Amino acid sequence: MDSRLPANTSPTVLGTQDLLATIDSVIAANRSVAGALLPMLHGIQDLLGYVPSTAVPRLADALNLSQAEVHGVLSFYHDFRTVPPGCHILRLCRAEACQAMGCNALETHLQKQHGLSFNETAADGSITLEPVYCLGNCACAPSVLVDGEVRGRVTSEKLDRWIQELRTTAGGNP
Amino acid sequence: MSVTVYVPNDSAAVGLGANATAQAISKIAAERGLSIRLIRNGSRGLFWLEPFVEVVTNEGRIGYGPVEAQDVPSLFDAQFLQGGSHRLRLGAPESIPYLARQERLTFSRVGITDPLSISDYEAHGGGRGLRAALQAKPGDLVEEISQSGLRGRGGAAFPAGIKWKTVLNARAEQKYIVCNADEGDSGTFSDRMILEGDPFVLIEGMVIAGLAVGATEGYIYLRSEYPHALSILLAAIQNAHEAGYLGANLLGTGKRFQLHVRRGAGAYICGEETAMLESLEGKRGMVRPKPPIPALSGLWGRPTLIHNVMTLAAVALIVDKGGAFYAGFGAGRSRGTLPFQLAGNIKRGGLVEKAFGVTLREMLYEFGGGSASGRPIRAVQVGGPLGAYLPESKFDTTLDYESFAAAGGMVGHGGIVVFDDTVDMAQMARYAMEFCAIESCGKCTPCRIGSTRGVEVIDRVIQGKQRPENLTLLRDLCDTLSNASLCAMGGLTPSPVLSALTHFPEDFHRAPALAPGGRASRTIRRH
Repeated sequence: MDSRLPANTSPTVLGTQDLLATIDSVIAANRSVAGALLPMLHGIQDLLGYVPSTAVPRLADALNLSQAEVHGVLSFYHDFRTVPPGCHILRLCRAEACQAMGCNALETHLQKQHGLSFNETAADGSITLEPVYCLGNCACAPSVLVDGEVRGRVTSEKLDRWIQELRTTAGGNP
Repeated sequence: MSVTVYVPNDSAAVGLGANATAQAISKIAAERGLSIRLIRNGSRGLFWLEPFVEVVTNEGRIGYGPVEAQDVPSLFDAQFLQGGSHRLRLGAPESIPYLARQERLTFSRVGITDPLSISDYEAHGGGRGLRAALQAKPGDLVEEISQSGLRGRGGAAFPAGIKWKTVLNARAEQKYIVCNADEGDSGTFSDRMILEGDPFVLIEGMVIAGLAVGATEGYIYLRSEYPHALSILLAAIQNAHEAGYLGANLLGTGKRFQLHVRRGAGAYICGEETAMLESLEGKRGMVRPKPPIPALSGLWGRPTLIHNVMTLAAVALIVDKGGAFYAGFGAGRSRGTLPFQLAGNIKRGGLVEKAFGVTLREMLYEFGGGSASGRPIRAVQVGGPLGAYLPESKFDTTLDYESFAAAGGMVGHGGIVVFDDTVDMAQMARYAMEFCAIESCGKCTPCRIGSTRGVEVIDRVIQGKQRPENLTLLRDLCDTLSNASLCAMGGLTPSPVLSALTHFPEDFHRAPALAPGGRASRTIRRH
């Protein structure tokens, strides 16, 4: 369910009209849902990979909220991005069980060997690295989530191999 | 006749290659003209053996593991479909000591049944609680839960019966059942395993709770970090609807219960019940002051019964077999069983459902087999990121709510995270404060500001700056957090910090080693 964009689709290539149409379709689909703001934000991010700033006034209007209230919710939750992510999303768990099995060394490895830091996207747009606090895979630590798929007993060698694969399948995004 | 083969579809198993194993089995069976029926079950919870493949033979189920895709051709060569011998053959799963020594009540079907098959569920005792509940009086159901001694499994261990009675007696046109599936504690995965391995037992428990307290609508608040559990749960809800377990006409009785699923968005604080309610209502996950208690004024201001997945997953069995049956397990005032989770640096990590009363040492060594690294176990954190770090001198503590509290710990959700002797406890104390700073909702000052100041103070200690003064300041700060925070997030963050300081003081007095740019000087960041 984590946002993996369809092949060859980057939110940046969507025109403004397409972006707004996507946002409006999500709003329409969730309008009758009680407490709809989170489902709407999720819906938008599932389709676009992030929640564009243009969504805020439309959500506020649809839910009879102020833009400040919508922004408050959007910025409260760690999941929601306000800028487009890279083609692939790598989430490294840094909670205690993974620390007990060396996730801090993996974090350093990603930075030194691959130039990947938390909440940043690689310069080639291929991968966004995010921290995550527990994937419920604590008996097989350390763990990562690669485009929504859990992988356990991660080593720096495995990371090297996966990153190579992710970079080659990133579709030449600038 | 086709042979039934089980390959787990649990996240942890999939994370170790279970999908590739399943594909290899299907492919080779087809190539060799062998007829198989492949079922994706939940996990037995023996994660060092995953992917754990089982085959149904004339002698019952035979397990093989860990089976990677590359092992599959040799398994076929060894006639594993008939239970043939192979270096990965484990025999009958139930005979594996790790499993044989457990008391599986809540997890009785996990790893055994097809998680999405109602007929399989019913063939293994599922559905009987609901059938009984549909004929019972609400007050009798509440009484049964009270008799069982069941206490909230999310961590606070509040007696479930009292909560049910409060909601039952509250007068309102609409009441709600809310399931807290925001399993954010590191070292815990029992909720996830139920959601992926036996989701019907949660659904059944929620419907029974609804019948007991007069609620016709339920919500499951599921963390977004569990995408695989979400897809299985949604499929299960659809199947439950089709089978009459949910909807406007429960098993033809005319009674109704609707169930909704909401996704969290990566905020640990939303595991706190009132923050979760705010989030369900579409707001920032800010903690609400209590009173009013959610049982009287919860979701959208209506009486709401809130329970963790594990609590609700115990309900169907209690109603089916009676409160006395469940209360027959356990120790002291901790009745029933708790699915413990062995995690971190542990040789045999996994799910161990035991009656309360087992010691931490038995868990670590008899079940867990010691550390994964082979080095001595130095510290164990029980009960999630807000639980205390315990040294070896506390390993003989009994795992029940009262004994553990007396030893300065917290059983919580039953997560046990193991660290070997390479751990730096000053860094773990720092991380506890950092985590609180990242995840604080910001409503109350001690938690919002105290956690950031806590990181700074510990950094100064680590750097060797005015250690005695800063350690005094740290204890003072912890006192403020403990006594003045609105909820357990700020209130219990001092627990890992102070336990690290008390039991592992040497780690706070090391010669400062980290150069600028090292971990000790990292700033807090998330966004």
